[in-house]
Amino acid sequence: MLASRPDQGRQADVPLGVSGSTGVWPNLYDAVIFVLVVGVFVLVAHGFREMNAPAAQLEAVPVTLDLARLPEYALRTTLRMFAAIICSLIFTFVVATLAARSRKAELVIIPALDILQSVPVLGFLTFTVTFFLQLFPGSVMGAECAAIFAIFTSQAWNMAFSFYQSLRTVPRDLDEVARHYRFSPWLRFWRLDVPFGAPGLIWNTMMSMSGGWFFVVASEAITVGNTTVMLPGIGSWLALAIQARDLQAVLLAIAMMAAVILAYDQLIFRPIVAWADKFRFEQQAADSQPHSWLYDFWRRSRVRPHVIRAVGSVADRISLLPTPLTSPPAKPKFGTPPRTGERVWIALLLVLAAYALWQIVLYTRTTLGLTDLRIALFDGFLTLIRVLVLIALASLVWVPIGVWIGLRPRLATSLQPVAQFLAAFPANVVFPVAVVAIVSLRLDPNIWLSPLMILGTQWYILFNVIAGASAIPTDLRDAAALFRISSWSWWRKVGVPAILPYYVTGALTAAGGSWNASIVAEVVSWGDTHLRAEGLGAYIADATSAGDFPRVVLGIVVMALMVTTCNRILWRPLYRLAENRFRLE
Amino acid sequence: MDSIMNPVQDKTLVVVDAIRKVYPKGSGEDLLVLDNVNLTLGKNEIVSFLGRSGCGKTTLLRILAGLMPATGGEVRIAGRSVVGPSPEVAMVFQSFALFPWLTVLQNVEIGLEAQGVPPAERKRRALAAIDLIGLDGYESAYPKELSGGMRQRVGIARAVVVQPTVLLMDEAFSALDVLTAETLRTDLMDLWIEGRLPISAIAVVTHNIEEAVLLSDRVLVFGSNPGHVAAEIRIELPHPRNRLDPAFRQIVEDLYSTMTERAGGKASQGHFFGTGLAMLLPRVSPNMIAGLLEAVAADPHQGHAGLPELAGDLHMEVDDLFPVAEVLQLLRFAELGDGDIKLTEPGRQFVGFEPDARKKLFAQQLLNYVPLAGHIRRVLDERGTHRAPASRFRDELEDHMSESFAEQTMRTVTSWGRFGEVFAYDEVSGIFSLDNPG
Repeated sequence: MLASRPDQGRQADVPLGVSGSTGVWPNLYDAVIFVLVVGVFVLVAHGFREMNAPAAQLEAVPVTLDLARLPEYALRTTLRMFAAIICSLIFTFVVATLAARSRKAELVIIPALDILQSVPVLGFLTFTVTFFLQLFPGSVMGAECAAIFAIFTSQAWNMAFSFYQSLRTVPRDLDEVARHYRFSPWLRFWRLDVPFGAPGLIWNTMMSMSGGWFFVVASEAITVGNTTVMLPGIGSWLALAIQARDLQAVLLAIAMMAAVILAYDQLIFRPIVAWADKFRFEQQAADSQPHSWLYDFWRRSRVRPHVIRAVGSVADRISLLPTPLTSPPAKPKFGTPPRTGERVWIALLLVLAAYALWQIVLYTRTTLGLTDLRIALFDGFLTLIRVLVLIALASLVWVPIGVWIGLRPRLATSLQPVAQFLAAFPANVVFPVAVVAIVSLRLDPNIWLSPLMILGTQWYILFNVIAGASAIPTDLRDAAALFRISSWSWWRKVGVPAILPYYVTGALTAAGGSWNASIVAEVVSWGDTHLRAEGLGAYIADATSAGDFPRVVLGIVVMALMVTTCNRILWRPLYRLAENRFRLE
Repeated sequence: MDSIMNPVQDKTLVVVDAIRKVYPKGSGEDLLVLDNVNLTLGKNEIVSFLGRSGCGKTTLLRILAGLMPATGGEVRIAGRSVVGPSPEVAMVFQSFALFPWLTVLQNVEIGLEAQGVPPAERKRRALAAIDLIGLDGYESAYPKELSGGMRQRVGIARAVVVQPTVLLMDEAFSALDVLTAETLRTDLMDLWIEGRLPISAIAVVTHNIEEAVLLSDRVLVFGSNPGHVAAEIRIELPHPRNRLDPAFRQIVEDLYSTMTERAGGKASQGHFFGTGLAMLLPRVSPNMIAGLLEAVAADPHQGHAGLPELAGDLHMEVDDLFPVAEVLQLLRFAELGDGDIKLTEPGRQFVGFEPDARKKLFAQQLLNYVPLAGHIRRVLDERGTHRAPASRFRDELEDHMSESFAEQTMRTVTSWGRFGEVFAYDEVSGIFSLDNPG
């Protein structure tokens, strides 16, 4: 859906998983934070077992397959998306700013974000559903929060990362202006930090939101142990349709989803991207700008000046309030702060981590054995093979097609939005159709369920490659044509170097998405027919529906480890290679 | 401000008292950038800090602005010690430093907004400043829609609108083309002379000698390594000043001499930061070296040229010309002194040679007079494999200079070595070798 300017995302931020501490090997902080994160999981799970109460039955209005109610369900689903994006934005502003301003916070936040990015989002659901249901007993609120939180976890980490990185790269002269004129923290944030980070953050937010549709569908109807939650929404409609083997209802859901995404694309995504163009940190006017009819409407509208003035005067009032945040800094801070406090802080973290490790050992020793670890690792290996094979296959298909499209500017402008639309479309809505095919053709689920994992994520490869190919400078293309470079050496000398950075971004996103998708793709049903492909996704899904928390934790930890390892030994080095050697500048 | 000072006996506005600045480094010795700098700015005075890049004049300006702490000494503005950014000082930046997402009006208002001036008054004052600087009509434009000159006008309006006591200009005209810079300077001087700027003194950092002479009442020439005030020249020509006026030319010539003396001076290598291996090599490509040699050898000059005329002919500023001239001196292709450059015998030979012979001569001078190049070559010769990683030499350099300077020096020596075919370098592996890629 975006657009016109995929490179914009690449300038300001690094794809998820690539960013973060440098180097292949995890450093001490990574390890410490990893242990802490797992510790929190265990704590929540432990808390659930201690409470030992049967989860409250949701007194919600039952979801029905009534066509008249489908638009309302779609609306509810969309509202959840927006609630989540607002939470993610607030989280991003607070946490990223904290990390950029305070060294102590940075020590914890950055590695934590790095790890959380790799944790399968749907794994969170297991804990959060139970946690939020306990928090709001007997109310729909708990389940709503859990669903919203699931979407939040799919967005917040890389949004925060993106914003943190732009905060760290604010141009020196603008930073000096802010200090020179003694901007209050509040003024600096809204006049410098946010506008400067906006293009990267918005691109990232829009990409995360595209991914979010998948999770909102997956999280509306979920069974954890003996608790089944069905929130009114497209996801629950779909779950009911699957139970009832109602193919027509599934197709209706697909159509509805398409309509929702189209509306989101036209009404939200494009206008915002077009608006954010003014924040691009370039002194020269760009030759091509993203367009949106809605944004053009708004720019020409008469209410605009009034709205802007109203917002401006509210902003003025706030910034004139006599609070510490809105007053000029009293004393400028020079130089580097003393390091002694930092040492104490690190020591404190180490102690906490040791305690968490002890708790984890205690907890898992009573419930898990080495056999479990072996099974989880074996399943993880199966899923890993699936992901790698699928990415390779998708690359073989989409890289040539993407290059072909990207080299034809007119085709690229019309097809790029389609690829982005497909990337946003939640593939799990289409799953039932595939399952019906597999069931009726009696195919082997171990093989034929696998493509579902990449159904929704392959498009990231496509549109990134299109973007890369369109970005090949004309003179390079002309030179290649002039010297009659054979097609093989064209690929070697022009194609691969130009596309590689874009391709790595796309493939990395696709791989991350596929790991996540495995949790819903390796176990599927059609009415009372259940298909299962052996793998880590199935392992986690089964443990979730059985309410077996230790194994859910184990599954998630193994998956997070595998994703992180893949990122570090495959994608990051590739990305760095692409950046350093093949940067076209 | 006036009430704080004693207006009768003291017209001094800014006192820089024994300022010293040291940049701490991770390894090796700390870098001394400014040492014992003393100077004053009087009321209604424009003072230029003239010097080469790396002489610490910009650092000094940032200390004046309170953006950077001094390691030792004190800056007092209107009697008060500077401990951080204060409303008494406003700075105009070389890069303009405008917020691209704010309109001209919003950019000008930003300083007032930070001071908490109410919106209505803010707008009134900003519009007045915009009018004064000649920006009316552009209030709602965004910086990217403006030309460089107009952008810098915004930068000046933003600084003037907060009514500072002292205006600091950090190479404010050097990012502009010649004509635009001239217009902007003239306009600024007109406002200053007519007393329409709400400012008591201006400090101008520049490396452009003519600019310094055009604007200032006093020029302070900075010497480098470490930065210090090397000379002070008072200019009493009436405004508006004429570049062609013989008195003006004389001052420019004098300043050139002063600066080449500083640069070329006594010890032949002393002008490069550091000596021996630790010599900081400037970013000068072999093409520039050959280009300058040819220009000096060419017709009007015949191997002996005055730097001011040469700079004029080549449309280069001091900062671009001096490093190249100094490299010629380092390689014994030329001698510098008294604002003149004179080719040596090898320099004349170089100009007359064919490309291959040029390379040979260059290689010979390089190995003889650039210790780092000789060192790299020796290491490569001694090793059986004739290969050595660049990181090894970079680490050696970092014992003596900052990382970025070490990086720059490595780049320069690599490019010179490649030109002279003294050694080869593989960018990807970061390895020097004696391979001849043929």
